[in-house]
Order: sequence, then C-alpha cells, then structure tokens
Amino acid sequence: MNKLPPLIFEKSRDGKIGHGLGASQVPAEPALDADLRRTEIADFPQVSEVEIVRHYMALARLNYSLDAGIYPLGSCTMKYNPKINEKLAAAEEFQAHPYAPHDLVQGNLELMARLEQWLVALTGLAGFTLAPAAGAHGEFTGMLIIRKFLQEQGDARRVVLIPDSAHGTNPSSAHFAGYEIREVPSNADGIIDVNVLQSFLDGQVAALMMTNPNTLGIFEKNITAIASALHANGSLLYMDGANLNALLGIVRPGDLGVDVMHINLHKTFSTPHGGGGPGSGPVGVASHLLPFLPVPRVVKSGDKYRVIYDNPQSIGRIKNFYGQFLVLIRALAYLSSLGRENIRRVAEDAVLNANYLRKRLQPLLDLPYAADTLHEVVFSDKNLPVKTLDIAKRLLDYGVHPFTIYFPLIVHGAMMIEPTETESKETLDEFIAIMEKILQEAREHPEQLLQAPQQTPVRRLDETLAARKPVLRWRKGENL
Amino acid sequence: MALENLLFTKEHEWLRMDGDSADVGITEYAQHELGDVVYVELPALGREFKKGDPAANIESVKAVSDVFSPLSGTITAVNAKLSNNPELVNQEPYGDGFLFKMKLSHMDEIKELLDQKKYEEYLQGISGE
Amino acid sequence: MRYLPLTDTAREEIKKIIGIEDVQDLFKSIPRDKSFFSLESIPAALSEPELIADFRSLGRKNSVGEYLSFLGAGACTHFIPEVVSYLSAKGEFLTPYTPYQPEISQGSLQAIFEYQTMMSMLTGLAVANASLYDGGTAAAEAVLLAVRKSGRQRVLLAESLHPEYAAIIRAYVQNLPIELVTVHADKNDGRIDSGDLQAKLNGETAALVFQSPNFLGLVEDSAGLAAAVHQHKTYAVQVVTEAMSLAYLRPAADFAVDIVVGEAQSFGLTLGFGGPYLGFITASEEFLRQMPGRIVGQTKDLDGKRGYVLTLSTREQHIKREKATSNICSNEAWCALRAGMYLATMGKEGLARAAADSHLNAAYFVRKTDGLAHVRVVYKKNFYNEVLLEIKKGTADDFLAALKKNKVLAGVSLGWFTPTVTDRVLLAFSETHSREDIDRLFRLIGEYA
Repeated sequence: MNKLPPLIFEKSRDGKIGHGLGASQVPAEPALDADLRRTEIADFPQVSEVEIVRHYMALARLNYSLDAGIYPLGSCTMKYNPKINEKLAAAEEFQAHPYAPHDLVQGNLELMARLEQWLVALTGLAGFTLAPAAGAHGEFTGMLIIRKFLQEQGDARRVVLIPDSAHGTNPSSAHFAGYEIREVPSNADGIIDVNVLQSFLDGQVAALMMTNPNTLGIFEKNITAIASALHANGSLLYMDGANLNALLGIVRPGDLGVDVMHINLHKTFSTPHGGGGPGSGPVGVASHLLPFLPVPRVVKSGDKYRVIYDNPQSIGRIKNFYGQFLVLIRALAYLSSLGRENIRRVAEDAVLNANYLRKRLQPLLDLPYAADTLHEVVFSDKNLPVKTLDIAKRLLDYGVHPFTIYFPLIVHGAMMIEPTETESKETLDEFIAIMEKILQEAREHPEQLLQAPQQTPVRRLDETLAARKPVLRWRKGENL
Repeated sequence: MALENLLFTKEHEWLRMDGDSADVGITEYAQHELGDVVYVELPALGREFKKGDPAANIESVKAVSDVFSPLSGTITAVNAKLSNNPELVNQEPYGDGFLFKMKLSHMDEIKELLDQKKYEEYLQGISGE
Repeated sequence: MRYLPLTDTAREEIKKIIGIEDVQDLFKSIPRDKSFFSLESIPAALSEPELIADFRSLGRKNSVGEYLSFLGAGACTHFIPEVVSYLSAKGEFLTPYTPYQPEISQGSLQAIFEYQTMMSMLTGLAVANASLYDGGTAAAEAVLLAVRKSGRQRVLLAESLHPEYAAIIRAYVQNLPIELVTVHADKNDGRIDSGDLQAKLNGETAALVFQSPNFLGLVEDSAGLAAAVHQHKTYAVQVVTEAMSLAYLRPAADFAVDIVVGEAQSFGLTLGFGGPYLGFITASEEFLRQMPGRIVGQTKDLDGKRGYVLTLSTREQHIKREKATSNICSNEAWCALRAGMYLATMGKEGLARAAADSHLNAAYFVRKTDGLAHVRVVYKKNFYNEVLLEIKKGTADDFLAALKKNKVLAGVSLGWFTPTVTDRVLLAFSETHSREDIDRLFRLIGEYA
C-alpha cells in the first residue's frame, strides 16, 4: 500500500537547491529601501530536483484519476480527457501575453471565435461569452445578464425560482446577483409541473433557473410550456447546462425557449478537471440579450479578428483578460475531433450506458423516480442494511471511484451514477459485478462495510476533528 | 440536570429563567439531530433580538443551523468556552454547552413557551410522524 | 471514433437488455418536433493528424513568439523549471475530480496543503485557501469577505488598483447594497493620496482595497495605510498582481494588513493568453470561518495516521446554498498544485533570487534610461519590477509601433485601459530578461529619438 510521504517542509535541508537559474547579469543595486525588502522566507522548502520529482510522484500514486479507471460521478460528467488536447494546449505557438497586440495573436482570437461558433451551433443560442472561469461563474454571469436586461426594461424584479433538485451553486449564484430565492418543488415524476410553476409566478419573478436534464437524469419534458409561462409573465428561462452531455446533437436548448444558459467545458467538452479546476463556463444567450454579454468580445471584421472592450449595455467585466484560454483550446480540439459525424453519438452512448446501468442495478437498489433516464440515474439507500456512504467507501476497496452521494437532496441516501459515453460495456459490466458483490456483502456482513475502506492509503478520516480544530498549514514543530 | 425547571421552544431551544434574564441553549434532541458540532457562532454582547430572529449559528461537519432567539431581549453574556470546545454542545447541552444569556424585554412572551412535559409530548409527536 | 468505446455489437446488446428498438426511443421525453436537428452546419470530424495540422495552422497565425516582450500589467513571464511542467502534466494530477473522497485523493490534498502553507509563509497571514479563479475575481471575493465580516457596506478602492480588477469588483457588486468609493492617487508620487484617504474613511467603511506594488508598479506604504484604516476598524485589503513581489518585499503581516489577495500566475503558470491563472487569498485568523472557496485541512484517519480533507465546508454553496460565503465550486486546483510545485522547486533560495533579479533588472533599466530627453521614467523610486515611461516624442502608440518593428514589445500602453491617456507605457521586467535584452531595449529606445 502506498503511504503518504512527509511534507515537503519536513524533507527540507539547508543548502539544497532544486532550481537551475543562472546568476544575475546586472549590478546588485536595488532601488528599494532595505526596510521594504524581506530578509528571507522563513521555513520555505530547500529540496533537490530529484527529491522534488520523487515527492510529487509519491503524491501522484495516492490519487485516483480518470486515467486510472471509471469515475461515475453523477452530474460531473467525468469523461475521458484526450491526450492530444493536452499537447495542443501546451504548444508554444498559443502562448501569448493577454495584452499582446491583436495583430500578433490572430490565431488565438480565431480559435475563440471558432469555439463560439461551435457552441452556437450546438445550442441554437445567438452568441456566447467564453470569459467565465467555471460553471458557477457562468451562472453568476447569466444572472447578471438577466438582471441588467430587466433593469433596462424598467422592471428589475427581485426573485429567482429554483427547483428543489438544483445544485447549491444555483441559489448561491442568484443570491450574489442580488436575487431572493424561492424553491419550487419537483413533482412525483421528479420534474417541474407547469401548474405548480404558475402558482409561483408573479410580477417579482425575474427567472427560473433550471438544470435540464435535471440532477435526477430526467429531461424536464414540460420545458416549452415552462418557457411560455415564464415569458408570458415577463420572466426569463435560465438553463444550467451542467448536463448538456445528454443533449449534444439531439436538441438545441435555444429551440426550447431557453434565454440564457451556461456550459461546463470541463464536463461536456472533455477538458480535464485537474483535481477541482480549472474549469470554463461559457454563457450563451438568445439574441435579445446579446448586448448584455460581458466584455471583452472577440468579433470578426473583414478577414481580421478584433476585440471590443466597451459596450454600453454590457454587464461589464467578470474575469481578467479573455477567460480560461488554454481550456478553450482543449474544448475546440475535442469538438473538432468529434465533428458532425460523432457529436450525436456522444449523447446516445452516454444515455445508452446510463440506461444499461439502471437496468442492471435496479434489481439491487431502490429507484425513487421511474421516469426515463437520460445521462445519469439516481438510486436511494432505502431498504438497504447499510448506508450510501458505506457502499461508496467499499467501492474504494475495489479500486473504483464512487458515484456522487447524498445529492440531489430530494432523494434519501442518493447514489447518483453517470457513466458517460467514454466507458465501454466491459468496464460497466465490471462495475456492475463489483456493485453486486458489495450489496451481497452488505446483506451478509454489514458490519464489514462500516470498516471500509481498508485498502486505501489512509482510512476514513476524522472530518469533525478537521473542522473543530482547523490545521490549515504546516508550522515547524507543530503538526502531527 | 433538573430539566423540570426549564422552558422549551418548538425549535428545540431551552431557557433557564433567572428573574428577567434567561440562559439559552439547544436541547438534547437538537444536538443529536445536528451531529458532531464543530463550530458555534455566538451573537455580540449587547445585540438586541426580537423573538424568532436568528441569534446564533451552529455548524456540524455537513450542516449548519440557525438558532432563533426564543424571546425578545438583549444579549448579556455568551458562553466563551464554546469557541475552543464546541463539542460541549453535544456533551452537555443543558449545562456547559449553553449558548448565551439574555435580558428579556417582553416578559409576557414566556407564556408561549413549553414546559418539560409539553415539550416531551411535542417530541413524541415528531417521532410518531 | 477513438473516444467512443461502445462497439456496434455492444450497442445492440444494451438496446436489447434495456428493451428499446431504436436509440431515438431513449429521447422520447424530448419534444420530437424540436429534437434531432440538422447537423449540417457543423464541421466534419478531423482525424488526429488533421487536427494537429489544423491547430498548427492556427498557431502560425500568431507571431507574438518572435518578439522580445516587456509586457506585464497583471501577467508576466517568469522562468518555469522543467520538472514543474513534467510533474503537473501527470494524469494522476490532471484527471481527478475534486477530492471529495479523501481516502483516494491524498496526493492532491497534501499538495494543496503544502501550497496553502507556502502562500501563508509568503504573506505572513495565517489562513490561505485552496484557490480562486484569478486575481480580479479574488479581489472581488475579498471585498465581499470584508463586507461580510465587518457588517459594513462602504468600500474604498484605490485609484492605483489595476483597472480590470476595479471593473471586476464593480461588476460583482452591481446588484448588492455595497457602495464603492475611489481614493485618488497622489499625482507626484503615484501612490495613494493619504489626505484623500483620510477624507473618505469613516466608521461605516468596511475596507480599503489597495494594490501593492500598484498598477503603476509602485510599492505602497502598507504600514501607513493599515494604521490609518484600523483607526476606523476598517480592514486593509492588499491586492497583488505580481506574486513574485511577495518573495522580495516584506510580508504584509509585518504591516498589519488584514487580507492579501491576488494573482499567482507568476508561480509556474504559462502566460496562456490570459488563463487559466490562479487567484489566491490569504487572511488573518479572524476570517477563518468566513473565507470563500475550498480549504484543505489536516486531520487523522481511523488508525490515527495523518491525512488531509477538504474542511470548513459548511461555508460553501453545496451546504449553505444562498447563504454560502461564495458561489465558487470548481476552482483552480491544478494551477494551485502547479504553483506549489514551482515554489517547492525554486525553493527558498531560487524564489528569492528570481524575485530579486526581476527588481534588479528593472532598476538597471531605470538607471540607464534616466537622463534621456524623449522618454522619462515617471517614478524613479518605490518601483518593484514595473516601470512607467512617459513618451515625450510622439504618442505611446508611436513608440510601441517603432519598437515592435524591431521585434520588441516595449510594454503596455495605458491607453489600453484608458483611451484618453496617450503618452504612458508600462514595462515589466523579470529574471528571464538578460542584460543583453535590456541593453537592446535601451538601444532601440535611443534609436526612437
């Protein structure tokens, strides 16, 4: 079993050098007073290059990753990250300073414009900003756009409606855009009922924020009626595109009455999650909202690309520079590789795989919502001798990353499983066999599962201790 | 701990009356529902609350709950031990795990509180659901 | 298609098992009249060799790589040791999700814990988080943090704050009841006008947000500013757009600054045409429970062994929803990991050297340039690695165009941000510039006369 290495600070020894910088070539004549300069960075690591490599390789061995195996986290769309995309994103030709003159970076600007065209074609919306850094940042940007649009209409409004199955970022993003949140309950089928929605609609409702397919993996089939009801009320429809994978090449949200949506390039378009980021969350809008997109905007004029920095109706700037450019490279490379021949097959295979898991696991687990499954399926731990957490932890012993647990909140002990299209049937069969085995163990020796995991570098960690007595950094002589 | 002298709310807070002041904490039932408490955010001394205002905040690892002021009044003391030992809320909810002391401004509100017997009946009603 | 491993046989088997005739049956819940739209407008698939060729031709449309660059203003080239690129590209670091299952994520968690420690050492402040999107959004988060903690709604922004950062703060708070007030810079010295600061401070002021080194490259009087604002129980929030300065200047904690926030691209991240970069935030202990974003903490496992987890998560949106301290979910974890690798590799001596050389190169340039008639170093004192030039012959654009003809990008015109300013250019220096590079710049400036 792999063990945690000592901290880099504990490996440090005075006089060790890890870098290869040359000596300074200019006179050592500082222009700043000595009392403004620091004497040293106390306790900063001093480690040789070979030890750096071994330290991080030891850390790498402690991580599960998509390159190691299936990662069926629901609503996270952990699909394979193509390797050629990494090579292209690291290419020297795309490395440019963000304030480089535009005539020297026409390739980069064209790249952004091409990605925007792709997103427009796949969503049926009129235009996109590529600036937002992640999904939640996109949500916030979308909410600012809605707010600015309504303000300009002379009717700012103050309420955003959010279904009870929504991800926590939705209410938080709307809140920071200045909105009050009202929660709309899902019906027995796990979706929003138009009549229920109607009862929430009044002159204060700015928008409904709806994830579609929702976090239960169910398509909000009333979406066109919902859009009509909202629009009749002077409200807008925001679609959280976290689960767009299920719809690629199948349906364009813009055709369903969606006014604003964000896309997660790190989910749908295969860019690596990097252990929690960077992501990228482009926001698309219908044509009436185009003037409100954040700046800067890349536009083509003649055969040149230029950048617009001021736009009187824009919500302003929400991110430094142009956004997560190196993530955009990967997304464009992914889409270019798929092309029109394969784009629809992404959604089809993702949905086929999810339905296959649903069918095979249904005899073992409670399925709280029976409606058609798209890209993911949610089971509950009802009637099981152990809890969802125990099953998840036991999966670790079998070398498999667990599904999303305890979300959405409306399902008791939720197990939210999204295989994605990049897993083969053979891999899914292995996963199913492991689940069968674990559920058998749960029936026969439930107490064993409470001890899981046993095979991991560390066992269950004391989160209570971490939160009660926070230790957030190493200090000489103080840490464990 | 003599629970028969305490008063209770349906939000699972208790009060120990002392003239026109009261110690306030959360009940055994509430601490059990919350799980391991990791942090308690207490109100500033001198803060005035109306009955039902959020007055404190209790965090467990995976949840966070407001504690509503059970009556109207002014905060006159807070339990300083909780800043380093939030687990007292779990261990001694009716003793060293109390939250704060307040001087009451509307004594007539006391009538709306439950005595121990009524609170226990109320709890039975919840568990029967 | 190589990313789609389901064979036709497997698809048929799955269809049979789940009981459908046609794959389209899976999408019955989607309005049929809207679904299966025409894909004709979408480009055809590229093979892997075609993809490489296509991107190569895009790359050839960029010529910026041929130029010697002195561009800065919030993004700066610093040398990146090869081990950083090698290690950070490992799939074990690049392809995991957020470490919500700590037992199989100790690598990422320990690496972030080390990163947090090093950021805390650099600013001297007790608490560092696991990352924010970038410098500008981190500055906005710091404003929200100060407002939340103080319960006050008035925030002073120094005029010498990077204009993009100020714009992002404005966009972030546009619908919140927060009042933003600009504190002017002293025209002669380029730094905050302390008289104007005193006039605008009051008991309702949550924070002063100032940048140091500021947008014009100058080190502000952090000690004086912090002392002034603390008189009103107002927080001192320092923004840093050139993180390398942290390794050269005295730590903010020495000056009683409360929050240091900014951009850490200089720590091992390539220019990348502006992203992804790395927002950081460090703050004193009192902000611990109000911090935005993820934080890694140390704990023990069931056997009492040391391990790491994401902690204090009740602050975050997945638990607190609209009451969360920030809406951030995905952050810049990989960039923080890479920054940690960079800092550890450079080490105590190397980081100090790179930081010092960046300043010494700027100082060398200023000494050489002093005395020229057609350009003037506006502030000869208090700069770190950026230097503001006044162009006295022609405009800033003329100056930049002339040097560009000679394959030198001699800084950013302030007109990029404020179109009415036509005679100011900001140049950035780093340890990557050789003496010859700076001599060449100087020679070309001479030829511009």
